[in-house]
Amino acid sequence: MNQNFSTHTKTLKLASWLGWKMESNWADWWIFAVYSVVRPLASSMILVVMYWVIAKSGNAQASGSYNLTFMYLGNAFFMFVGNVLYGVAWTIHEDREHYQMLKYIFISPAKMYFYLFGRGTAKLFITVFAVIATIAFGMLVLKIPIDLSAVNYPMLVLVTGIGLLGIAALGVILAAVSMVTAHHSFYLTEGVAGLFFLVSGAIFPIEVLPGWLQKISLINPLTYWIELARRYITGEKMCQVLSSISNLELFFILTLSTLILVYLSVIIYRFFEHLAVQRGLIDRLTNF
Amino acid sequence: MKTDLKTNLKSIWARAYVRIVGANREPSWILSETVLPLLNTAAFVYVYKALRAPEEYIGFVILGGAMTAYWMNVLWSMASQFYWEKEMGNLELYLIAPISRMSILLGMAIGGIFYATLRAVVVFVFGSLIFRVNFFISGVVELFLIFILTMIALYGMGMFFASLFMLWGREAWHTSNLFQEPIYLLGGFFFPVKTLGYTVAMFASAIPISLGLDGMRQLCFKTGKTLGFLDVKIEILLLLGLSIFYIWISHYALLFMENLGKKQGRLTLKWQ
Repeated sequence: MNQNFSTHTKTLKLASWLGWKMESNWADWWIFAVYSVVRPLASSMILVVMYWVIAKSGNAQASGSYNLTFMYLGNAFFMFVGNVLYGVAWTIHEDREHYQMLKYIFISPAKMYFYLFGRGTAKLFITVFAVIATIAFGMLVLKIPIDLSAVNYPMLVLVTGIGLLGIAALGVILAAVSMVTAHHSFYLTEGVAGLFFLVSGAIFPIEVLPGWLQKISLINPLTYWIELARRYITGEKMCQVLSSISNLELFFILTLSTLILVYLSVIIYRFFEHLAVQRGLIDRLTNF
Repeated sequence: MKTDLKTNLKSIWARAYVRIVGANREPSWILSETVLPLLNTAAFVYVYKALRAPEEYIGFVILGGAMTAYWMNVLWSMASQFYWEKEMGNLELYLIAPISRMSILLGMAIGGIFYATLRAVVVFVFGSLIFRVNFFISGVVELFLIFILTMIALYGMGMFFASLFMLWGREAWHTSNLFQEPIYLLGGFFFPVKTLGYTVAMFASAIPISLGLDGMRQLCFKTGKTLGFLDVKIEILLLLGLSIFYIWISHYALLFMENLGKKQGRLTLKWQ
């Protein structure tokens, strides 16, 4: 038991270190720092320009709590989803087809499940930096009104941690699926992130979605995560559909759904790993 | 000795064939390349819906969302492809084969256009139907011309990047990554490029898809012309110029980088 724990901890630690090196040592630190913030800032600016275009034309009639702050914060937090999902899921393709090391990790004492979590951790650290830079840019340059003294920091950190655990579990599920698909798992990750982008209320309130998509949003843990993060930053209830639910209730829903997601990720990972081994897909190359 | 045309045509087809057949052998790509990208585009549509934007903006997003397929394809399956080929050990095989390197790039482009088009068509057709986009085509010939020229210029740009990235290690991968969202922003994929201001829009015009999208929006929507950046005829001429420029420069960039790679011994360097 203790030996297993020690092996898993070591796997997590080494995989995180490996992931960090792979992500960061291709450039000087300042190039890497610029690189880490340019993409997230550009993705935020797309939404800001969309908002400005409509606001300037005088056509914007957005009501309720939907405003630039809603959109900007939701998008900043959603960066974790895209990056951590990608960081975990892309590991399979990168290790199997690019570095051709996946088979060696499989035959080592390391458990792939923990190895995948570790590799995602590197992306997570880079994204934390990007999210902070994006929010700072929003406050300083775009004058997005956020009162830093009103932020509930302990709860924000706790909720972010729980949300990230859920996202990493989703990443493991995608990584598991990637084991049996070809090199376009990159597009799969991007597409799944697109699905969550649509049904998590990150950049628009879920009340504008058709009824059936709203129902999907309400079973999506990320909807609760993003709303809670917004609430702990602004102190306001921003999503009207969830306005009747208290912070504590949201926290309970988020925690429970994350635990279910982690459990599912273990089951799904085992299934696809077994399938990949049975079909001899652990060392195949499909990069055409 | 120059390789004859027939051999080069065969190599173009051979390189394209791998992509077309290879992709079809993996049915999972249908989901990841068609249904899922539509959802991402839908998210941007709902931003405009939440802002109660005028109807044509939804059409702008659908058109922009469809065109993202080509930009993604140029970045990941053209620009960074020689880097992948080097890592897999194929690049040296291309270099010793009795063919023009340009035919390999052309083959990659044709194969890439095949499956990028499928993704674009799904996003465009289903997006238009689901969100009931009203089109008002004001010039079919011009629209066709602008689309074809955008493709030639865009894939020419992809060939140029492929040559430049050939000697890079992970920088190639990260540079492609870096070019994704910033180009969505500069290219006006989800809003008219004119919004960025004249100077930025002029700068953005070096990316063929900015001009292409602007021209297509002007020709596809009733109010498109009022939100257009330049006159469509000027955009067609600029795209023609960009097509010639990118294909010409990619040819010389390829020769230059190949020679540089030989001198520095980096053509077969892997896992940097």
